[in-house]
Amino acid sequence: MTETISETPAPAPDPAPKSPGEPLLDVRGLVKYFPVKGGGLVRRKMLNVRAVDGIDLSVAAGESVGLVGESGCGKSTTGRLISRLLEPTGGTIHYDGNDITHATRKQIAPIRSQIQMIFQDPYSSLNPRQTVGTIVSSPMEVNGIDPEGGRKKRVQELLERVGLNPEHYNRFPHEFSGGQRQRIGIARALALQPRLIVADEPVSALDVSIQAQVVNLLQGLQRDMGIAFVFIAHDLAVVRHFSQRVAVMYLGKIVEIADRTSLYANPHHPYTHTLLAAVPETDPDKSGNRTRVHAFGDMPSPINPPSGCRFRTRCPKAQDVCANEEPPLIGIDTLLAGHRVACHFPGPLEATAKAEESMPEERIEAALEAGITTDPE
Amino acid sequence: MAASTDTTADQPTGKAETAKKAGAPARSDGSDAFLSVRDLRVHFSTDDGVVKAVDGLSFDVEKGRTLGIVGESGSGKSVSSLTILGLHNREKTKIEGEIRFDGRELITMPERKLRDLRGRRISMIFQDPLTALSPFYTVGEQIAESYRRHLGANRSDAHARAIEMLDRVGIPNPKTRVNDYPHHFSGGMRQRAMIAMSLVCDPDLLIADEPTTALDVTVQAQILDLLRDLQDEFGTAILFITHDLGVIAQMAHDVLVMYAGRSVEKGTVREVLKNPRHPYTWGLLSSMPNLSGDVDVPLRPVRGTPPSLLAPPPGCPFHPRCDYADVVGGERCRTEPPLLALSEGRGTACHLSAEDKQRIFIDDVRPLLG
Ligand SMILES: Nc1ncnc2c1ncn2[C@@H]1O[C@H](COP(=O)(O)OP(=O)(O)OP(=O)(O)O)[C@@H](O)[C@H]1O
Ligand SMILES: Nc1ncnc2c1ncn2[C@@H]1O[C@H](COP(=O)(O)OP(=O)(O)OP(=O)(O)O)[C@@H](O)[C@H]1O
Ligand code: SF4
Ligand code: SF4
Ligand SMILES: [Mg+2]
Ligand SMILES: [Mg+2]
Repeated sequence: MTETISETPAPAPDPAPKSPGEPLLDVRGLVKYFPVKGGGLVRRKMLNVRAVDGIDLSVAAGESVGLVGESGCGKSTTGRLISRLLEPTGGTIHYDGNDITHATRKQIAPIRSQIQMIFQDPYSSLNPRQTVGTIVSSPMEVNGIDPEGGRKKRVQELLERVGLNPEHYNRFPHEFSGGQRQRIGIARALALQPRLIVADEPVSALDVSIQAQVVNLLQGLQRDMGIAFVFIAHDLAVVRHFSQRVAVMYLGKIVEIADRTSLYANPHHPYTHTLLAAVPETDPDKSGNRTRVHAFGDMPSPINPPSGCRFRTRCPKAQDVCANEEPPLIGIDTLLAGHRVACHFPGPLEATAKAEESMPEERIEAALEAGITTDPE
Repeated sequence: MAASTDTTADQPTGKAETAKKAGAPARSDGSDAFLSVRDLRVHFSTDDGVVKAVDGLSFDVEKGRTLGIVGESGSGKSVSSLTILGLHNREKTKIEGEIRFDGRELITMPERKLRDLRGRRISMIFQDPLTALSPFYTVGEQIAESYRRHLGANRSDAHARAIEMLDRVGIPNPKTRVNDYPHHFSGGMRQRAMIAMSLVCDPDLLIADEPTTALDVTVQAQILDLLRDLQDEFGTAILFITHDLGVIAQMAHDVLVMYAGRSVEKGTVREVLKNPRHPYTWGLLSSMPNLSGDVDVPLRPVRGTPPSLLAPPPGCPFHPRCDYADVVGGERCRTEPPLLALSEGRGTACHLSAEDKQRIFIDDVRPLLG
């Protein structure tokens, strides 16, 4: 272990949540539609991209919840809604017992500082013309916060905290490596003593060694400062390492959520099966994918999602009922409490693999076809 | 200055993986390779001094084979590939060494000739499909344009070719889709369209720089399948850059590990991933989480910070972060740069003896790998 988390006493996290036992973050039926102009014949009509379409999610103080799923399924949108960088179309967001769903700038000010976001790209999310000191102190500036001992002292504490040299206060971002820049972004997110951090693909662009550094750093913060995380990533192994619970999203919905052990050892949604099966084996002697479960074609359009179960166009287990009734996200007797699946025919991976073997050719063709357009004409 | 070389073939080159992947011809040693890069140096002048982005890099890629390149962020992977394509700023860049492609030297080739090679015989897939596709032209127009420009095809032939390419990359209903604009396509579709564009002239060499980093694992699996099929069919040589060692394991025949602008280890994919011999490669492999490891054990990054490219450490550039410099003994690691033999397929740039490498790997490193 070479992580250099400093020994400087961390500023104590805020006092305990208002109503003990309640989650720090509680999201119910969250919806976000983006209006877009139609193409072709419907050019003048406004259509809705249903980016997030009714999700429930709760995060306890100090907990990390992972968010995974296909590109475009609504992970970043969810993160931005939670951080209140976007205005929800529907549903509610409670933070520490307060309804912040439509809180105005002014109303949210006292909480604003407690929810922070770390962005994916350590290169473009830092202003190249600002010094590290200016970047890290900007949240204090914006929120008019003057910590004891001054902002500079606070910034230097933060730099030390994330394993950067406090003397580098006056340097510019280009003088740092990718991993160091990601740490600058983390220091900025910590400036206001957050209790919840939404980390959107914080390690995707980094090499595996720097990835490991950053993950260890975040884990240290979670442990020592009790910070809760919503952790978005493509890398399922990294998510498993960092998040106690994991939610799998598909086309704006959560299709499976569970404790990490239960989810990775005993996934029950066919989409989760395709996801886990697609993780490439790191042993060159074990060829290809882990099982024969495939995701045929692409995700269908979020403008015009399939009726019933949204995964049905690509699901090897789909039956008629799947087109007519939307499966609720519910617990299953044979699984651990808290493991919930939105599927009419949940089952182990082998069952999905078997169904795929006998999937008729026309259905595979149809699945390949279904995911193509994002714009009905 | 005496430089040590290590050309020990630690293992007979595996036949298994060549059989599994594309029907690849055996690798030839020596420099008559299809693409052969020798002692490449790419130095940028900046206000702060000279950045030695690539500093003595050598490798070969054969037809029908994939060379995977992994390495630290900032180790010169993208700069090397842009240099092969001649896409560098010629004024601010100093380039030395050789880049021979199918017997022709690219570094000294006039820009006009190079432009002709680019797109026709050598093409590139970038990480972000949106930057490579124009929003103002249909996907078909963009594919056809490249075909017309390089091969002088007429409009209707080029259009037919665009449809054929979309079909080949697995886009259903290509006759209709050819008239769509990029924003009508999903992320995975766009990446496929970009691959169709880069393959329209049946290039002999494809350079893919993190082509799947922004994609989720299911779309990634589709793209990798597609590239493998195309290689099987056309015998394309592929240079594949990625941070994902799983992708390397599944795509590459050969692997090159880069550190501070140099190659520190190379070999077949089995040799490098299953029997790594360089301390930096050990560090990379042991820092990776896996799908079944113990979640309570912290990850193990390589200690220390990446080297400055303005003033790289003397001797072995990895020595400030290496746990084994003392095993080598004396000041060797700090003063004498270890070299990688140019002609051999397998090699590491490290002063450790073959026995020490074997022993340390088995005793210290292998127990850490999943
Ligand atoms: N401002 C916007 N206007 C219109 N559509 C949008 C907007 N932002 C996002 N979308 C759409 O909403 C959907 C969800 O996007 P989002 O960025 O949340 O996906 P994601 O899961 O983060 O994907 P990725 O893994 O590729 O980052 C996509 O179809 C996207 O195109
Ligand atoms: N035009 C330039 N001027 C000065 N330095 C440059 C220039 N282009 C690249 N560099 C530097 O050269 C080094 C190598 O960059 P390169 O983009 O090849 O890294 P990489 O190995 O592709 O990294 P990553 O994995 O993060 O993509 C970096 O330190 C980079 O900052
Ligand atoms: S509800 Fe039906 S279509 Fe949806 S995942 Fe389950 S079996 Fe497949
Ligand atoms: S040459 Fe020395 S410092 Fe460099 S990797 Fe080998 S043992 Fe380590
Ligand atoms: Mg996103
Ligand atoms: Mg790069």
